[in-house]
Amino acid sequence: MADERIPTVIADNAHIVYRIYGSVAPGANSPLASLKRIVTGKKSAAVREVHAVKGVNFVAYRGEAIGLIGTNGSGKSTLLRAIAGLLPVERGGAIYAAGQPSLLGVNAVLMNDLSGVKNVELGCLAMGMTPAQVKERTEEIIEFSGIDERGDFSSLPMKTYSSGMAARLRFSIAAAKKHDVLLIDEALATGDAKFRKRSEQRVRDLRQEAGTVFLVSHSEQSIRDTCERSIWLESGVIRADGPTDDVMKEYETYVRK
Amino acid sequence: MAQTAVADSETGQSLKELARRNGLTAAGRLPGIAEYTRHLWSYRHFIAAFANAKVSASLGTTRLGAVWQVLTPLINAGVYYVIFGVLLNTKQDTDNFIAYLCAGVFIFGFTQSVVQAGAMAITSNINLIRALHFPRASLPIAISLVEVRNMIASMAVLIAIILLTGEPITVEWLLVLPALVLQAIFNSGLALFVSRLCAKITDIRQLIPYIMRIWMYGSAVLYPVTFFSDRISGWQLALVEANPMLVFIELIRHALMENVTLAASPLRLWTYAVIWTAFVGIGGYVYFWRGEKGYGRG
Repeated sequence: MADERIPTVIADNAHIVYRIYGSVAPGANSPLASLKRIVTGKKSAAVREVHAVKGVNFVAYRGEAIGLIGTNGSGKSTLLRAIAGLLPVERGGAIYAAGQPSLLGVNAVLMNDLSGVKNVELGCLAMGMTPAQVKERTEEIIEFSGIDERGDFSSLPMKTYSSGMAARLRFSIAAAKKHDVLLIDEALATGDAKFRKRSEQRVRDLRQEAGTVFLVSHSEQSIRDTCERSIWLESGVIRADGPTDDVMKEYETYVRK
Repeated sequence: MAQTAVADSETGQSLKELARRNGLTAAGRLPGIAEYTRHLWSYRHFIAAFANAKVSASLGTTRLGAVWQVLTPLINAGVYYVIFGVLLNTKQDTDNFIAYLCAGVFIFGFTQSVVQAGAMAITSNINLIRALHFPRASLPIAISLVEVRNMIASMAVLIAIILLTGEPITVEWLLVLPALVLQAIFNSGLALFVSRLCAKITDIRQLIPYIMRIWMYGSAVLYPVTFFSDRISGWQLALVEANPMLVFIELIRHALMENVTLAASPLRLWTYAVIWTAFVGIGGYVYFWRGEKGYGRG
C-alpha cells in the first residue's frame, strides 16, 4: 500500500527562524539610541530571532487530511506559511510540495471596499481561473458561503460584513478551486454550526478530488471530524504524528497536566 | 513517536530523493524569468480586474465619483497657474504659458502618481499577497494601469486647455500617442522598481515626496526649459537634458504646441525616450522578479 501512496508535501529537517526588526526593549529604539548605534557602527540590536520550527520531518500523501495541533505559539501557523512558500526555510532543510499550496487563513482579507461579488471575481482570478470559469462559479460560491441568506449582502461592500460572514466568503472562494494542497488555518472555527458542517463536507470533497488538506484548529471536534491523521507540534518540535485518535489522547493528557 | 521518518527509512531513501522522484518542488523556489513572464501573462485578467477594483474602491467612497478623475487635474493646473503664472510670473517670454505649464504638470503628475502608488503596492496589499498565490508583479502593473486610465481623463482636459488657448490642431498631435505609450512602459518599470525597494526598505517611503519634488524642479515643469540653458552649461546641462521626465514633457509640448523652445532636437528627445523606456522598463521588471519570493514575508 505504501508504494501506491503519492507524496504531496515533504518536510525535510525544516527549521524556520523569524527575524524581527525594530521590536526592541523600550528605550533601545529612542532617537538617541538609534543615533548612537549609527555613530558607533554597532549592529542593530533591533533584530531579534525567534526559532519557531525546529527540524520538522514528515511526508504527507495525496488524499490525506492532516490536523495540526498544539498549544498557542507552538509553531503550527508558521509551519503552514512555510509550506505555502511564504516563509523561508533555513539552510540545510527544505519543504517540498506538489504544485502551489494555497493558504487559507482567517486573516486573509480581500478588498474591504468592494462588494462580495467583486471579491469573489477578484479572488477567483487571483487563483488563476479564466474569466469564463469565474462567471460560471460566482453564483455557486456566493450560494455556498450563505452570505445572501439574510438579504442581498453579496452586493454590499465587504466592510459591512460580520467577521463570520467574511470568513465564510473567504473559505468559499478558496474552496472553489481544486488545490493540490490546501492549507486551512482556523478557518472552520468561525462561522456558525450550519456553515461548519457544510465546510467540513467541502474539505472531505476536496480530499477526494485527490488533494491534501492541512488543518490548523483549536477546535478538537473539527480536527476529529475532518482529519484521520494528526501532527502534534510543541515548541516547534513534532511530539507525535499518527492517527488522530492516538495523537489526540496524548495531547489531551499533556494539556491536562 | 515520529512515525513518518520511520516510514521512509523502510524504503531506504532520503526525503530529498523522495521529493525529487515525485516531482515535488521546494516551496519558495524562484521561477525563471521566461516562466515568470508566461505566468504573469496568464494573469492578465486578474491584473485588469484588480485595476478596475482599485478605481471603483477609491472613487466609490466619494460623492462625485468618476468626476474626480477630471476635477483633480483641473484643480492641479489651476493651483500651479495662480502661483507660477500670476503671482511669481515665471513665464518670461514663453508663448502660451498656460498650455506650456499644464503639459508639464500633467505629464509629470502621470509618473508621480505611479511612483507614489507603487511605493504602497506591496505593503498595502500584504493580506492579498499572504492569502493567494499570483505573480506579485500583477500589483505594480495594475497600479500603473490605473494611472493610465486617470491619464486618459487628464489628457482630455489638457487637450481642451490647449485648444482654448488657441493652439491649432496639426498632424504632429498624433505623436502624443507613442510618447504616452513609452511613458506608460517607463512608469510600469518604475512602479516595479519602487514597490520592491519600498517593500524591502520601508524607510524609502518617507523620502519619496522629497525625491519627487526635486525631480519636478529638475524637469522644467513650472518654468521654461530655457531657464536651465541660461544658467548652466557643459556636463551639467547634458545631465539635466537627459532627465527622462524632462524628455517626456518636452515630447508632449513639441507634439501639441506650435511655437515652443525645446531643450534638444526632437530626434534626440525621441532617442532618449526610447533608451530610458527600455532601460527602466526591463530593469524594473528584472529587479522586481528577483525579489518575487520575498514579498509577504516577515
